[in-house]
Amino acid sequence: MKLTLHIWRQPDRNSPGRLVTYQLDGVSPDMSFLEMLDLLNEQLASSGQDPVAFDHDCREGICGMCSLVINGVPHGPLQGTTTCQLHMRHFRDGDHIYIEPFRAKAFPVIKDLVVDRSAFDRIIEAGGYISTNVGSAPEANTIPVPKEEADTAFDAATCIGCGACVAACPNASAMLFVAAKVAHFAHLPHGQPERRRRVLRMVEEMDRQGFGNCSNYEECEAACPKEISVKFIAEMNREYLRALCSPAADQV
Amino acid sequence: MTQLDGRVPSGPIAEKWDRHRRQLRLVAPANRRKFRIIVVGSGLAGASAAATLGQLGYQVDCFCFQDSPRRAHSIAAQGGINAAKNYQNDGDNVWRLFYDTIKGGDFRSREANVYRLAQISTAIIDQCVALGVPFAREYGGMLANRSFGGVQVSRTFYARGQTGQQLLLACYSALARQIDAGNVRMYPRTEMLDLVIVDGKARGIITRNLVTGEIQRHAAHAVCLATGGYGNIYYLSTNAAGCNVTATYRAYKRGAYFANPCFTQIHPTCIPPHGEHQSKLTLMSESLRNDGRIWVPKRKGDRRPPQEIPESERDYFLERMYPAFGNLVPRDIASRAIKRICDQGYGVGPLGIGVYLDFSDAIKRLGRSTIEQRYGNLFEMYERITGEDPYEVPMRIYPASHYTMGGLWVDYNLMSNIPGLFVLGEANFSDHGANRLGASALMQGLADGFFIIPNTIAHYLAGEPMQPVSTDHDAFAEAENEVRLRIRRLLQVKGRRTPDSFHRELGRLMWDNCGMIRNREGLQRTLEKVAQLREEFWENVNVLGSNEQFNIMLEKAGRVADFLEFAELMCYDALHREESCGAHFREEYQTPDGEAVRNDEQFCYVAAWEYQGVGQKPTLHKEPLVFEEVKPTVRSYK
Repeated sequence: MKLTLHIWRQPDRNSPGRLVTYQLDGVSPDMSFLEMLDLLNEQLASSGQDPVAFDHDCREGICGMCSLVINGVPHGPLQGTTTCQLHMRHFRDGDHIYIEPFRAKAFPVIKDLVVDRSAFDRIIEAGGYISTNVGSAPEANTIPVPKEEADTAFDAATCIGCGACVAACPNASAMLFVAAKVAHFAHLPHGQPERRRRVLRMVEEMDRQGFGNCSNYEECEAACPKEISVKFIAEMNREYLRALCSPAADQV
Repeated sequence: MTQLDGRVPSGPIAEKWDRHRRQLRLVAPANRRKFRIIVVGSGLAGASAAATLGQLGYQVDCFCFQDSPRRAHSIAAQGGINAAKNYQNDGDNVWRLFYDTIKGGDFRSREANVYRLAQISTAIIDQCVALGVPFAREYGGMLANRSFGGVQVSRTFYARGQTGQQLLLACYSALARQIDAGNVRMYPRTEMLDLVIVDGKARGIITRNLVTGEIQRHAAHAVCLATGGYGNIYYLSTNAAGCNVTATYRAYKRGAYFANPCFTQIHPTCIPPHGEHQSKLTLMSESLRNDGRIWVPKRKGDRRPPQEIPESERDYFLERMYPAFGNLVPRDIASRAIKRICDQGYGVGPLGIGVYLDFSDAIKRLGRSTIEQRYGNLFEMYERITGEDPYEVPMRIYPASHYTMGGLWVDYNLMSNIPGLFVLGEANFSDHGANRLGASALMQGLADGFFIIPNTIAHYLAGEPMQPVSTDHDAFAEAENEVRLRIRRLLQVKGRRTPDSFHRELGRLMWDNCGMIRNREGLQRTLEKVAQLREEFWENVNVLGSNEQFNIMLEKAGRVADFLEFAELMCYDALHREESCGAHFREEYQTPDGEAVRNDEQFCYVAAWEYQGVGQKPTLHKEPLVFEEVKPTVRSYK
């Protein structure tokens, strides 16, 4: 396959960026999208040009490190698929492909297609955990968890923290990401003691990091490679309201 | 050569760890904040260690090369985690888990460590559940189990096919809590490039900030390496693209012994490579072999589509060779059989490297919906990658590098031969011998980080009178200088080949000669070729840009340069071990029908290698393996 790639190039956070066009020949339909970029980089480097920087690691759709907005869609056209699991057989010979970084105020560009998603870490640090010290855990089967609840907790916990939800949202909202963590713990008995405090602190931190609010576009769910449902956002809103109304709210 | 002492406590095996803990020194709560501990790596071992040490009140600095500690490669583990809970009442206990692990390792691991691992396994599950891991459950609300890889009990806990992800996210959240509490400082996108030793003790590291290129010095009272394995030496592996040997290898160059580097696990069921530009291989869970039948055409080079090859012209070679276990033989045995049949020219697929894993019999017998329930997500993953529907066309599989049992040598306290340098998880050598059993990597990482290191590091810190060390010390200046020189050298070569092209060539060389099957002649030839390739690397590698920027070529070049030295160490180890055991198969040491011949008389020891210089043969030190509890037997699966 022969492709025309339009790729966002930006030397660093403070320099302006622009789309640069590259012709790439010899792309096999069996290649993954990132292998296609590897091929481009190999050719660029061999001719003395700076290769395109992009984030990637596990290349099997679970670490959440890969990103990219492909033809306007975070992680590209295939539903429920990360960029690293997208293969070139979904494109045609002669296609023009536009490749850009995840764009959001809270995700500044580091270089080319690499963005800084540490705002997500700071939200988790603001309460996205259960405070159990090592050594103090009770025997695992002491507290039964109904299967349905455990399954729902898992459906939320499957989030890989890639940030596609933010990139897809016109408001650059992180609601789906935060909601997934809030719901994960809210559905488990072990998460109850910190339930109110957790949602209040995480939402506060989300706002502080510069993410926008949710206005129900639901683009996040469509872009999510793990297909996490927006129902968790509704759930988080209920959790938040409940926490605000609770007597202990002012102590957080 | 000296004889190494693993410092295994005396007493009956079941009491060793408890007795040992009674004797370990403690650091009082108020004194802990006076100690700074460096943890490199944020996978299961690193994140659990950093979180636990932070919780105890030590000052912890934790480093990872990814953009967030949540990305570490532990996240990709699919199957599950073993624990001797005996929730199924099927006769499991600590001793059985210990025995299965030590036998699976082909009697090349340290008994006392493995027993401790089995003992701790139950507390790991308790801790993970308390941290919010959504493990699979029964309708009654209790935890569910499944059986795994060749054992006779159901002791594996799992969270769908994403157990590693859920465990890592639990450790990451525990780590986040300690960062929030101010006990841990996290350094993401930071790579360790050297270990700093002061007065014979590990006292710090040199790092490079991968965004700005800044070289930094970090001082501490102890250093923990939890930097994973070196499976990417083969270029193609199931490891993440960033996995590398640099941290452990640089520690080795500073004097830490590297143990059993030739013990590398090759997993039989991975998706075969599609061509020259393949960047990584994807594992398909071992569980597929429960219902899939493995075969190749009986005629060499038969290019007919599989559906057109009649039953009588198919060779179900695992069933033919191992009638008792058939398609369910252990990983090392299945991998070798698949490689041999492909080497003989029977392989299928565009490159001729692959065998069929066929579900048509199972679909006929059980119906499509049952197969869908059991393996639906795996079939989907396979189709996403290959574009072929495994319900209609048999899967193609081929072995790939998956895990490395070898690692830095550690004693019972997980401390290397350098005082103050601790090594955890896949980065050490301690628990899996010559072959790792399924669902035990996650167990080991968490045992090391949650439960072992907090005890043993206190013992070290309380016992060693230590002078305060600042990063102005000469040892830091010298190490930083070496790091800078090496980076400058890489940038100054300005040759014509990319770091990746060297990595591919090295990987091919090691895969062919120091992979699933090895022999003396091939290893000797590889030693020469690796030396030549390394020479060419330093004359002809092309690294663009500068140090003071986000530079993916420079990162890669540094890691490839280390692999080019480390490859020799693997070959020396494989060459010296004149026996076949577990994943290490030497052609010269096999039975007439191709089974491994272990040599307990001469090789029942851990081979720990000491660095002597680039291109120099390292010095061998031996830790004899003493089996008090079990008697080494021959593994047979016929």
